[in-house]
Amino acid sequence: MSFLDLKNITKIYPNGTKAVHETSLSIDEGEFMVFVGPSGCGKSTLLRMVAGLEEITEGEITLDGNLINEVDPSERDIAMVFQNYALYPHMNVYNNLAYGLKNRGIDKQAIEQKVNDAAKLLQISDYLQRKPSMLSGGQRQRVAMGRAIVRNPKIFLFDEPLSNLDAKLRIQMRLEIKKLQQKVGVTSIFVTHDQTEAMTLADKLAVINNGVIEQLSTPIEIYNNPKSLFVAGFIGSPQMNFMEGELKNKTLSAEGFEIKNVKSDYNGEVTLGIRPEHLSQSDNGLINLTVDLVEQLGSDNLVYGQLKDKKDFCYRCPGNLTIKKGSKLSLNIDNDNYFIFDKSSGKRVN
Amino acid sequence: MTRLFTSSFSHIILFIGISIMVVPVWMIFASSTHTSSFIYSHGLQFFIGDSFHENYLRVLLYQGGFFKEITALKMFFNSFIMATGVALLSVFTSLMAAYALVYYRTKYATFLFWLIFVTILVPLELRIFPTYSVMAKLNLVNSYFGLIVPISASAIATLFFRQFYRTVPDELLESAKLDGANTWRFFIDFLVPLSKTMIIAMFIFMFVFGYNQYLWPLLVTSSEQYWTVVMGLKMMSGSIVHRFAFVMMSMVPPVLIIIILQKHFIKGVFQDK
Repeated sequence: MSFLDLKNITKIYPNGTKAVHETSLSIDEGEFMVFVGPSGCGKSTLLRMVAGLEEITEGEITLDGNLINEVDPSERDIAMVFQNYALYPHMNVYNNLAYGLKNRGIDKQAIEQKVNDAAKLLQISDYLQRKPSMLSGGQRQRVAMGRAIVRNPKIFLFDEPLSNLDAKLRIQMRLEIKKLQQKVGVTSIFVTHDQTEAMTLADKLAVINNGVIEQLSTPIEIYNNPKSLFVAGFIGSPQMNFMEGELKNKTLSAEGFEIKNVKSDYNGEVTLGIRPEHLSQSDNGLINLTVDLVEQLGSDNLVYGQLKDKKDFCYRCPGNLTIKKGSKLSLNIDNDNYFIFDKSSGKRVN
Repeated sequence: MTRLFTSSFSHIILFIGISIMVVPVWMIFASSTHTSSFIYSHGLQFFIGDSFHENYLRVLLYQGGFFKEITALKMFFNSFIMATGVALLSVFTSLMAAYALVYYRTKYATFLFWLIFVTILVPLELRIFPTYSVMAKLNLVNSYFGLIVPISASAIATLFFRQFYRTVPDELLESAKLDGANTWRFFIDFLVPLSKTMIIAMFIFMFVFGYNQYLWPLLVTSSEQYWTVVMGLKMMSGSIVHRFAFVMMSMVPPVLIIIILQKHFIKGVFQDK
């Protein structure tokens, strides 16, 4: 049995909306799990059920061997960092950190020790006497984390904690969260809709769509081996290119080109997926692209253009190549790096 | 030049307004420091006389009423007890009622709230006889309890607290829960300190409301021992300077409360978050 076990969890709201559908998953001790998915996919609901802030309609959650379905959130020994931080506005930073400890009846000296240690770890020692309203976004974020760390809980829950920060700070805090989690070693669940955050933070990644986990694996495995059309489209930036085609007797025919010896026995209508970074220019490539727009990122160029059938297509190439608007490119797929999905079910077939 | 004109113009308007409000009060005060024979012969006075101590001491300690059982001092005491009692009790009940309405999953909470709210349309004066009858049956006539309790449920204060609680983000409650706070602790540690300024503002409102009560104390007290200042204004007999002195003193408690708490009062009423 692992540290946190979710067994057939279902959540139906009183108005009949099914937010989470028979979801099972397990998280090992010390693992950093990330739930990623579009808004409204049920990832936050799942997290809140672990925290005890939402009732579980069906299923069981066990934490450290104990069934916690009916355990009050205050007794679960779980700490959560909220999207808007939910700092206590009338208390200074010290009391924000100390409040949870006071409620547990820990003596004053021990509290002071723990708060000071956490403050030092997060570099907020200088602000302990300030009220949250006098702190910047990044500092508030740290205080919210401090409030979680100081209690030394069984699990950290993060509910999109970085989405209120500006881009630069977000990247910085992302790194710090990861470092901190590795240092403290607490089991964590992090909810986000940002696939970059998800990829960079996770030990294990759960891609959630419509209340169902579409794929659960390591980030790199999900990137290299997406099991469904949704996962393939959601993970990776810029998004994977998709085109319609037909698979028959191991031959894929799409608009204007064919791929032979496909490793699949599937026959029927399919969607072909190719990542922009898995393409390279060659003299007589499979794909002919008319360039509309080039985004120069410095290290890379993102080339946007259209195929013969006017479908949008993206190609990522090294930044030192000069590509002009209106030029025609001929592209090949690198090392059979393409994905084929059943058109109707979205399941991977190669 | 125009700026100077407009600013002096607005100051003149302000000055006139203030004068209209302050001059009569000042004249009553000034007149109350003269002897009554002087006032009878010379009319209301604008300058202070030399009978201040004599007049005010006499008013405070004079045994008044039909049975000569009550002094102004005792009336002030009664009014203070009544106003403080009404203020404390109504703030307390409104806080609790609003808390229950907003944070407990009460069925028909909105309906219950409007039911409370409708009582604004039914003031004490309308239900004064049934209320008196209840108090009489409970044997609470002629007691501080009887003076305070029937006017201590405030729909307005409940409305204010309810609206304020609804602006408190849910995450705060959730976060507090995860930090081990039960519903009672959340109330004490979060809602009460967060609504401090509003509590003070409501306290002032209700204090003045309780202090100004006339009809209810008149009805529920037959013993002179329970007379309040506002009743005394009507009941006190004596010469004109003594009445003036009594009027002046009757203004002191509410004015003092407002002066002491005004900083919070303004913050509370015009709080934007």
